[in-house]
Amino acid sequence: MNTRQELEPLLDADLLERSLEKALHKGGEFAEIFVEDRKGMSAVLDDGRVEELTSGRSRGAGIRVIVGETTGFAHTADLTARGIEAAVESAAAAARSGNRDNTSVKLGVENKNSSTVQMLPSMVEKSEKVALLTQANEIARSQKGEIAQVSVGYGDSRRRIQVANTDGLLASDDQIRTSFSVSCVAAGDTGLQTGRESVGHTIGFELFDEIDVEEIARKASQRAVTKLGAVPAPSGEMTVVVGPGGGGVLFHEACGHGLEADLVGKSASVFAGRRGEMVADSMVTLIDDGTMSGEWGCYAIDDEGHPAQRNVLIDKGELTDYMWDYLRARKEGRPSSGNGRRQSYEHLPMVRMTNTYLEAGSSTPDEIISSTEYGVYVAQLGGGQVNTATGDFVFGMTEAYLIENGELTSPIRDGNLIGNGPQALLDIDAIANDFAMGSPGTCGKDGQGVPVGDGTPTLRVGRLTVGGTAA
Amino acid sequence: MSELLEICEQIVSKAADNEQIEAVAVYSRETEVRAYEGEIESLTAAESHGVGIRVVKDGRQGFAHAGTFTSEDLVETLSEARDNLKFATPDEFCGITNSDGIKPAALDVYNDELGKVSTEEKVAMALELERCTREKDSRIIGVESADYSDSISESAVVTNTGIYASSKETGCSLTTYSLAEENGETQTGFGYSIGRRLDDLNIEKAAVDAVDRATRMLGATKPPSGRFTVVLDPWVSAQFLGIVGGTLNAESVQKGRSLFAGRQGEEVAHPSINLVDDPTNPESFTATSTDGEGLATRRNVLIENGRLNQFVHNSYTARKDGTSSTGSAIRGYSSTPGVGVQALAVTPGELSPEDLISQVSDGVLVQGVSGLHSGVNPVSGDFSTGAEGLRIRDGQLAEPVREFTIASTIQKMLSDVNGIGNDLQWLPMRAAGVTLVIGELTVSGA
Repeated sequence: MNTRQELEPLLDADLLERSLEKALHKGGEFAEIFVEDRKGMSAVLDDGRVEELTSGRSRGAGIRVIVGETTGFAHTADLTARGIEAAVESAAAAARSGNRDNTSVKLGVENKNSSTVQMLPSMVEKSEKVALLTQANEIARSQKGEIAQVSVGYGDSRRRIQVANTDGLLASDDQIRTSFSVSCVAAGDTGLQTGRESVGHTIGFELFDEIDVEEIARKASQRAVTKLGAVPAPSGEMTVVVGPGGGGVLFHEACGHGLEADLVGKSASVFAGRRGEMVADSMVTLIDDGTMSGEWGCYAIDDEGHPAQRNVLIDKGELTDYMWDYLRARKEGRPSSGNGRRQSYEHLPMVRMTNTYLEAGSSTPDEIISSTEYGVYVAQLGGGQVNTATGDFVFGMTEAYLIENGELTSPIRDGNLIGNGPQALLDIDAIANDFAMGSPGTCGKDGQGVPVGDGTPTLRVGRLTVGGTAA
Repeated sequence: MSELLEICEQIVSKAADNEQIEAVAVYSRETEVRAYEGEIESLTAAESHGVGIRVVKDGRQGFAHAGTFTSEDLVETLSEARDNLKFATPDEFCGITNSDGIKPAALDVYNDELGKVSTEEKVAMALELERCTREKDSRIIGVESADYSDSISESAVVTNTGIYASSKETGCSLTTYSLAEENGETQTGFGYSIGRRLDDLNIEKAAVDAVDRATRMLGATKPPSGRFTVVLDPWVSAQFLGIVGGTLNAESVQKGRSLFAGRQGEEVAHPSINLVDDPTNPESFTATSTDGEGLATRRNVLIENGRLNQFVHNSYTARKDGTSSTGSAIRGYSSTPGVGVQALAVTPGELSPEDLISQVSDGVLVQGVSGLHSGVNPVSGDFSTGAEGLRIRDGQLAEPVREFTIASTIQKMLSDVNGIGNDLQWLPMRAAGVTLVIGELTVSGA
C-alpha cells in the first residue's frame, strides 16, 4: 500500500500570513501558529474480552505572541479564519502591548515532510487489529505458571502538524505511531505479581511484520510468573548493573532533564554552567537523536517547525551542550537543536528529549556481571522521576535479580532506586557492547506528556541506593 | 451549560431501536499566568471542549470521542462508536445505566464571580506570589515557577436510558516552586493555595510553605539505612491514600488485580483507620454532585475501624456483582467510565502534627516523595518511593535528609499506622492529606 499521497495543508499559507501579520500589528515581536490534526484509535482486551474499541479525533491551533519576556498563548478548535483571528486577538492581548506599524510577514517555502509509513493504520480493518489482541491473550494465558489475568492493548495515532512563524518559517509533518502492549497478573502463594511488555514505533501497521505479538505475550507472562518467586529487594547502597534497552530511563532522569535549556536557564539544574567539563568517565557518550527513523521519539520537525537533530550531549565524558527549543535559542542567538515539543495544540512548547541513548562500550555483558561480587541486576525499568535542581532521581525496577558472586540469582520484588545525577554519571564504571533500544515511553514535564525513546547497552553503576525492604 | 445538554440530547435522539446511547460533553475555560523575575513569563487563555459517545447494542460496547462540536464531527463520532461496537466481545453485564432515583446533592462548588475577574487582577496575583516567594529569605536565589491558574468547567451526560445530568465547577490555585541555595548546594520547595474563588487564595501561605520546604532541606545528607518510625506529612499521605483508593475499586477486584479481593469484612488496617470517599463534601477540591455516568455521587465508607467495608462501583461492576453503583464512575470525555474514588479522606485524629512528632524518639518526617508511578506496584502491594525530609530525634525535628527511599507494602503500611493527625487538608487531587505516623518503614540510604 503506498500512502505517500499529496495531502492538503491544514491551513493555507495566505491565512497563516495574514493572521501572523495581525499578531504583529497588535504589538507582537514574534508570533507563531501551530496547527494540529490528530486521529487515533485504540483497542483493549481485558479479562478475556475485547472490551472496547475507541476512536478519537481532535484538531485545532495554538497561537503564541511574544513581547519582551512575555508569551501570550491562546488556542482554538475552530480552524476557520474567524476562529484563528479570535485566538490571535486573545494571545496578543495576553502579551499586552501597543500597536506596531511594520508588520509584514512573508512565509518561506514550506518544509513539507510526509510520512514514510508503508501501511497507514487507518486503512487496516479493525478486525485485523482485534485479531492481534486475541492472539496475544491466548499465548499469554497458555504459558505455564499461574497467569490469572491478561490485558492487551493496541494503539495507533496519526498527528499532522503545521507551523508558521513571523520569522518566515513554514513547515509541516505527518507523524504516525503504532504500539502494542501486554500486561499479565500471576497469582501464587506469595500473592499477586505483574509483568508487562510493550513495543511502539513511529511507523504504521507494518510494525506487526517486524515484531511478533506472541513473543511480547510470552515475555510479559514469564516476567509475572518469575516474580512469584521474588525475594524482597535489598536496602541500601550497592553496585547496580542495568541490562540493555530500558537503561536509557536512567540517563533520561539522571542527566537528560537536567540538560534541558529551559531548566538550565532558570538555574534549576545541577548541570547549569558545566558545559565543557568532564562529567563522566571517557567511556560515556550520550546522545539525544530525534532523527532515529522509526523510533518512538522521532519526527521530521519539532513542534516549533525546526528539523529534528542528532545532538551529542556528553562526548567521551565531556558535557558538550544542552538541548534547546527555539524560544530559548533565539534569546541566546544560537540555532534551536530541534527539541521544542508540546503535547498538543492546547499546550506551549518547551525543551523536551526525543530518543536518548548511551553509545555502546567495549566490555561484554558477561564480563560486567561476572566481575560484580554483589549487587542488583535490573532487567526492566519502570519509569522514573528527577528533581533537576538537586539532581536526585529515582527509577523503578519491574524485573530485577540479585547478583551474588558474579552470577544472577534470585528475582527481586519491585521497587525504586535512588541516586544523584552528577554522582551517578561519575560512578559508571563499565559499558558493554550490546546496545539496544528500550520500550516506548511517555515523558511527563510540567503536566505535558510526549512520546520518547531511550536505549543503552548493559552498564554498571558502582554505587546506587536500592530501595527495598530486606535487611 | 444548556448548550452541552442540547448537544448531548441531539446525539442521543439518533438512537435506533435496541440501541443504548450515552453522550458526555465537557467545556472548560482556563487561565494560567506564570511569573518569572518580576515579569509575566506566559499568559494562557484557553477554551477546550469535547464530546464522547458510547453506544451499546446486544451486549457490545463501542466508543468514540472528538475535540470539536461541529455537526460533521458529531455525526462521524457517532458512526465510529457504532462501528467500533461490532468488534467487542458480547457481555451480559454491558450497558448504559438507568437512573437510580437518587437526587444529586446540591453542592456549592461553582462561583460565578471567578469568571468576572479581570486578567490584570490574575496577573497581579502571580507577580505578587513570585515577589513574595523571592523576598521571604535571603537564601532564595530564584523562583522556578510561580503560577496563578483558574478553571471554569461544565459537563453534561445524557442517555436514552433516563440519565439527564449536568454539573459545573470553578477552581483556582496558586503554585510556587522556590530554589534555595547555600554553600553551592541547591534545594527546592513548593507551596500552593487552592479555592473556588479568588478570596480563598492565600499568597502568603503558598510563599511561606515554598520557602520553608526549600530552606529547611539545605545541608541535607543521606540518612543511614534501617527501620524507622516514619511520619508522612499531609501532602505525602494524600498520595499514599490515593494509591490505597486505587486498590479498592470493584473493577480491580473483579479482574483479580486488587490485593484486597475477597477480604471484605476483614481487618485490613489499624483499627484507628476510617477511610471515606465522599464527593458530596464541598470542602473537597474534587467534589462533584454527579459521577461519570450521570448518577448522584454519595458518601461511601470503604474502611471502618480498620475493617474493609466495601468497594466502590460504577454501574457495570455493580451489575456484575449484583449490587448498586456507588456513584463512582470516573472519566473524561475521551474515555469510557472507569471506577474509582473521587474524594477520599481518612477521618482525622485528635493530636496535632507537633504532638505526634513529639512521641517519636528516632524517626523521619517525610515531606516529599518521588517515583510513585515507578516504584509502587498496586497489584502486588510493593511500595518503594524516593523521599526527602527531616530526621526526628527525641520528639524534635532535627537535621534534613535526602536521597533515600522508604519501603514497605501497602498492606503492612495500613496496619502499621499508629497515629493520625488532626490536620486534614484538601489538596488538588482525589484524596485529602493528614499527618500519618507509620510505626515501621524501611529507610534505604547510605
